[in-house]
Amino acid sequence: MHNDDLIPYLLLLGDSALIQGQRLCEWCGHAPALEEELALMNVGLDLVGQARNWLEYAAELLDDGRDADALAFRRDERAFHNLLLVEQPNGDFAVTMTKQFLYDAWHLAMLEGLCASSDPRIAGIAAKALKEVTYHLRRSAEWVQRLGGGTDESRRRMLAAIPALWRFTVELSQGSESETRLAAAGIAADPAQVGQAWLAQVSAVFASVELPQPTPASHFYLSGRKGLHTEHLGLLLAEMQFLPRAYPDATW
Amino acid sequence: MRPGELIAGDRGARSLREGDLARAWAVLEQVMDPEVPVVSVVDLGIVRDLDWRAGHLHLVVTPTYSGCPATEVIEGDIRQALEQAGFAQPALERRLTPAWSTDWISDQGRERLRVYGIAPPQGSASKRSLLGEAPQVCCPQCGSTHTELLSQFGSTACKALYRCRECLEPFDYFKCI
Repeated sequence: MHNDDLIPYLLLLGDSALIQGQRLCEWCGHAPALEEELALMNVGLDLVGQARNWLEYAAELLDDGRDADALAFRRDERAFHNLLLVEQPNGDFAVTMTKQFLYDAWHLAMLEGLCASSDPRIAGIAAKALKEVTYHLRRSAEWVQRLGGGTDESRRRMLAAIPALWRFTVELSQGSESETRLAAAGIAADPAQVGQAWLAQVSAVFASVELPQPTPASHFYLSGRKGLHTEHLGLLLAEMQFLPRAYPDATW
Repeated sequence: MRPGELIAGDRGARSLREGDLARAWAVLEQVMDPEVPVVSVVDLGIVRDLDWRAGHLHLVVTPTYSGCPATEVIEGDIRQALEQAGFAQPALERRLTPAWSTDWISDQGRERLRVYGIAPPQGSASKRSLLGEAPQVCCPQCGSTHTELLSQFGSTACKALYRCRECLEPFDYFKCI
């Protein structure tokens, strides 16, 4: 029963990092400035590395012959447990940075909780990732402030980006029953605490540049944790998984 | 060294074994980071432990960043260097805990970074340095402290991009983590 809760939780962490990293890689060659290109790719690289750590652990627990690569490249959309937020298209730079910030704030709160996990493997992966994500959050929060408090045009775009993404944040402020069970066992981060920390972080940064904060989002018929995704994930996977599926076990 | 020699408990075998560990460390001193080829894996502090197990060298290696693309290359370089030096089939264990920190970079490694043109990490990787307060970074070219941050992320994940306002040269800063 323990693994029935733990494996989906590891997939939530790993798949969210993987899909967010994949979205960031779409900016390669398109970023508005060289420094931003480097930053977007570096953050993506950190996330893909973290995803591998989580998926390796999930693969060991699954113990069905699949490794982390098989989980990343040979699962279908319905078997992915990532947050709906991270699969959303990049849009303009305001949408990209708003997504990054909302995710980073959740990610940091999760990892802070997970550093105290009674599972030493989880605590170790989290402690490593936490250092990296601290830099991610610092950067994305600065961009939200810069765009939100910048020109009329940048502010207009932020004012459009936030409500467009906000309904997906219900998954960041609320966890699932299985997470609550894992948290009670000392393994997972307490979803209620993560939700509070996330909201406090988001509210503070939005308030600092007078960006309006929408009312809390509520559940709707999709759920990343249950594998019920928006139409965007399938398209993302088609691109990400094409090569390993077309040429299984290719090496270079 | 053959496995049988390790089983022998006399002083001769023990001193040979200790001598070999010193030699193994000396070999590792020559294995350079592929992206910063002036600092060795020992300077970086990523080789955490080295001992003998069942007749083979056993190394514990801690990667710098979760997504560092050099991790596999470094492990391959370590393996190749040790085998060329006569250590058959060294076993490498990748360990995440405790997480690697720039505090583990040796003084020699810091000086080598600076000479190479990369400003070494300033201070310790405390919560304070991670959470915002800007470090005072010296220009590795002219030594001026009159520098400014251009981007938190430089040419690799472990570096930030700075510019010197005295000599106007841009440079990488190995950031605290």
